[in-house]
This record gives sequence, structure tokens and C-alpha cells, in this order.
Amino acid sequence: MFPAMLLEAVRAIGANRMRSFLTMLGMVIGVAAVILMLAVGEGTRLTVKKQVDSLGTNVFIILAGFQNTSGVRSGSGNRHTLNEADAEALSQLEGVEAVTPVVNNNSQLVAGGQNWNTMVMGVNADFMAVRSWDLAEGRPMDALDVQSGSRTIWLGQSVAKELFGSVNPIGQTIRVKNVPFVIEGLLAAKGQSLDGRDQDDTAIVPITSSQRYLAGSQFRGMVRMIMLKAANADIMTRLETEIRELLRERHHLVDPMQDDDFFLSNLSAVMASAEATASAMTLLLGAIASVSLAVGGIGIMNIMLVSVTERTREIGIRLAIGARRRDIMTQFILEAILVSLTGGILGLLIGSVGAYMVQAIWRTSVVVTPSSMILSFTVSAGIGLFFGFYPAWKAASQNPIEALRFQ
Amino acid sequence: MDQTAKPTGTSPPGNGPAGPAQTVIETKDLKKTYYTGAGALEVLHGVDFKIKEAEFVAIMGPSGSGKSTFMNILGCLDVPTSGSYRLLGESVGDLSPDQLAHRRNRYLGFVFQGFNLLPRADLLENVAMPLLYAKVPGAERNKRAREMLERVGLGPWVHHRPSQVSGGQQQRAAVARALCGTPSLVLADEPTGNLDSQTSDEIMKLFRELNDQGLTLIVVTHEPDVAAYAKRLVRFHDGLLVHDAPVTQGPGRE
Repeated sequence: MFPAMLLEAVRAIGANRMRSFLTMLGMVIGVAAVILMLAVGEGTRLTVKKQVDSLGTNVFIILAGFQNTSGVRSGSGNRHTLNEADAEALSQLEGVEAVTPVVNNNSQLVAGGQNWNTMVMGVNADFMAVRSWDLAEGRPMDALDVQSGSRTIWLGQSVAKELFGSVNPIGQTIRVKNVPFVIEGLLAAKGQSLDGRDQDDTAIVPITSSQRYLAGSQFRGMVRMIMLKAANADIMTRLETEIRELLRERHHLVDPMQDDDFFLSNLSAVMASAEATASAMTLLLGAIASVSLAVGGIGIMNIMLVSVTERTREIGIRLAIGARRRDIMTQFILEAILVSLTGGILGLLIGSVGAYMVQAIWRTSVVVTPSSMILSFTVSAGIGLFFGFYPAWKAASQNPIEALRFQ
Repeated sequence: MDQTAKPTGTSPPGNGPAGPAQTVIETKDLKKTYYTGAGALEVLHGVDFKIKEAEFVAIMGPSGSGKSTFMNILGCLDVPTSGSYRLLGESVGDLSPDQLAHRRNRYLGFVFQGFNLLPRADLLENVAMPLLYAKVPGAERNKRAREMLERVGLGPWVHHRPSQVSGGQQQRAAVARALCGTPSLVLADEPTGNLDSQTSDEIMKLFRELNDQGLTLIVVTHEPDVAAYAKRLVRFHDGLLVHDAPVTQGPGRE
């Protein structure tokens, strides 16, 4: 029975090609919009997630505070209120997995005939663990490097590329502020940070070496920043309180009214909220696109109602020769589903093609997920069912005598 | 649902073997009242009527005499307001719309004035349609429909659409569709109303032939020439059955 009904549905749709096509178009546009919007949203979400992950998880960043001289406040980090001893003390807190102090120096790097200006960070052996940064080649920085203040350096991918091209830089000597350093390793690629900076445009050296050869600072032992990684996400809140208390104690800030002389920020929380925003955007875009799906569904309902009226006599004939109301309903619902599903599949194709065009033209990440495909497939079938139900019910509840008399 | 329950007193429908003739339909004091905005209007005032197997009855009467309403009730398209109607011994007055649809599908065949074939389907599919709703498998459906079309002389036109054949041929196809479900009774409502006299004669001869093979038939008509093909004539007037007698003269009678 079903194949005969399906054939009849195909015929009924084919009998009014233009009308069926226009009805379908509503679904095509709706589904294509949903697919495209979800793809853009998902692409953004994944980009943000990647950037969040690249910063390392459960990381606190403590920046040196500002100077408050007679009400004129300089920016953070301008006064070195943090020192290596602070970092050492923080590492004793329970649940701290890794801690590194960081000093930055913009330095000119020279290797062979090439030179490049980049941010050289003085850090300790924990740095890679804190940032969840992998080593692409070479050996990792160890405690001995830091202790001895050796002239060793690890290059980020972009720096290595600028200075050495495709040549393997491991073991080469490079001049940093005219001091020769030996390249011991190559950091893995990190990509862009959330604010669009190239995280691979950097190099790291032992903090002791930085202080000895690069900083030229009169405040030895002072650092601009401390980065700290917690063992897991659950202890972040407790740790935040403990870090603040410990640093205030160490900096003799006994008066509770007195401001911190440092900035403590929990990167994970900031990034998680950025990710949540991206997810919300995906939802919002999807919801907006769904409106066009609903409009498409109403179009189907409208045309099905017209079709039921036009085919009143046919319904009468079918009822007279023994069709039950259920048979009539099935017939019309099948037709509605067929229209919406065909439109949905076309929309799926157009939406996917559109997504890849967006990716190609604007070079943004656009991801059509299988779940959004399945979603739009089921939703379009569901729309056919939902919006086809009332017209089908109307068809099935015709009185056979009156339907037969209909001209 | 009692749709599978076989009504009592049924012989194999259609061209059953000659034996003691079964009662196919029987009405007692059948009344029908329509309720409109203007009030109640009784169109059938109590009709007693009985048809046995293999009868060929013509129903005549002027417009508004109640014959169409009577036919609709006999065809299980409508139910009586009061009185009883038994089809093959089963009372149909209390059946649900779907149960009525089942009775129409299994025991009745319809031939209409306007042929009422589905324009998008070919003749084969049109004829097979009652079997579709009887849930007969596709291959069997097509086989039986083809046989029926051959029986009414439309063998070469099975894959033509209704619009591609003549009116007479369309009506033949409609007859084939009415016969396809092997019904106990075929109801024809003005079957020759849209045909010229020559094709009318052809259709009526076909009915006569089928009746000779044992088919029970009721034909509603206002043309005496057409009614003359029947074996029994019934007249309606003002909602009452006023005449019921065998036809003695007419075509096909020596």
C-alpha cells in the first residue's frame, strides 16, 4: 500500500511543479539558513575553544601592580612589585601544579644574515607545563639551565621560520642583544591568541639568563608576571583566595582597605565565558534561522490546504470506494513530508556549499557538523508532519456525499 | 473493531452459484431527516425494500423524490435517521465512518454519472484502487485489475489515463473498478447521464451481461429506455416507494 501512496504523492507534487517548487523553496531557504548559521556559530566556537586551550587550562596570571604616586597611577607592571621569591612561595600552596615567574624583553635576534625583533621571555622550567605548551624538537628547559643561567634559548615556530626558514635551528647559535645563545629546542605551534596576536612569535630563555644578559634591570629578582597552574578546575576558587592572601601577607598589606599591589586573574574563567558566549551565539543564530523554517512550514500548510480543497472530489471518490479516514490522512501527510523533506535535503546541500564558500571567501572557520545535518533532516521531516497534519485531518474529515458532489 | 467479522448470510460475493437466493439488502420503515438552519426536513418517509441476489433493479423518480438519499443510504455513504437497513443481514445503522468505509470497500461497488476516475492515475491504477484499500498486495492488485479491464473490453487501454479515452470507455473503466473488489452489490447512479444514446446502450448491455452472470445491480435513472434494461422497476415519489414491479418489456427480452 505504501509504495502506491508514495507514487501518488510524487504525482500530486509533480502535477503542480511550479507551486510545489515555490513551496519547497521556503524549506530550502530555511534549512540552508539553519545549516549555515550553525556552521558559522560552530566554527567560531571551535576557534575560541582552540585559543582557550592554547592558553593552558586552570591557569592564574598574576601581574605586577601599579605605582600610585600622589594620585597619578601608572599602568600595571610598571612597578615590579612581584619577585621570584613570591613565585617560590606560591609553589608551596596546596594544589599548585606548576609556577613560573616571567620577565619580558623585546630583543633583536640575529642569526646568520637574518634578524628579527621578538618578545623574549625569561621563565623557569615549569613554564611549558603551565602553558600546556609542547616541545616540537630538541630538549626541554631543566632546573639546571635556570640554576646556572646558561645561554640557552628555545624558539617559537614563527621566530624559527623568520630566522632559519626550513633549516633545522637546533644547536645553532643566535645572538640576542648581541649575546650569543645556543638554540636547544623548538616550541610546538600555538596559533593565535584570543586578541589575535601570534603566540608563536616568541622565544624563551632561563629567567636567570634573562636577568643576567638581557634585562639590565637594577631590580634583580623582580618579575613582571607570575603564571600558575592549578592541579584541577575544582580548586580554582579556593586557590584564588589563598594566592591573594599569601601575596598580601608577603607584601605587608595588612590593612584590608588597602588595594592589592598586583592583579590576579583567572584565565580559564575568562576564556570559559568567551566560549560560552560563542555557544550562545551559535544558539542565537540557529534560533533566528529557525524562524525561516517555521515560515517555510506555514507555506507548506497553506498549499496543502489549497490542495485539499482542489482535490475534494478525489477525496470523495476514495472514501466511496472504501478508503478509511486514516488512509486519506496518511496520503496527505505523506505529501507534506515529501515536500518538506525534499526541500530540506536541497537546503542541506545549499547550506553546506554556502558554508564552504564563506570559509573560502572570509577565511573564517566554518564547520558543518553531522549533528546539524541530522537535525535539519529530522526537523524538516517533522515540519512536514506538523504542518501537514491539519490539512490532512481536514481532508480526512470530509463527508463523502458532499465531497462527491463538489465540482 | 468488527471489520473482520463476516456478516451473516453472505454467499461468496458477486457471481455466486445459483441456489436459494440470499437477501442482499433489506430496509424496514427507513426514514431520513435532514436538519438545516430552516428546520427539519424529512426526505424519506418510511421505505420498505428488499433485494435478493442476482436481481437487477432500476430506481426512477423525479428530482426531490428521495431516490438519491435512498441510494446514499444503500451505498453506506449515509446512515438512516430511523428504521433499519441490513446489508447482507448486518445492520449498518450504528456503524462508524471507518466501518462504513470497510463495508463499501468489501461489499459494494459504485458507478457514478461523472465516471469519477482519478485523472492522474492510469486506468489500471484506477481499477485497482478498491483493492489498494483492501490491502491486497501490489502484484495481485494489478493482475485482478487487468482481468477486470479485459472483461469490460479495455484490455488495450490499461495504461491510458482517463483523459486519453472516450466517455464510454471511462464509464467501462468505472464499471471495472466497481467490480474489482468482487462486491455483493453494484450501485450505479445515473451511469448513462453523461453518455450519448449509443454508448448508453453499450453500458447497459454490459450491466445486463454482468447481471446474467449473477451480479446484483441497482441503477438509478430518469430515462425509461435505460430502466428498461432492468428486471425490476421501483419508483419513488415524495419520499415514498410508490411502485415496485418486474419489467416485462425491453431490450434483451424475447
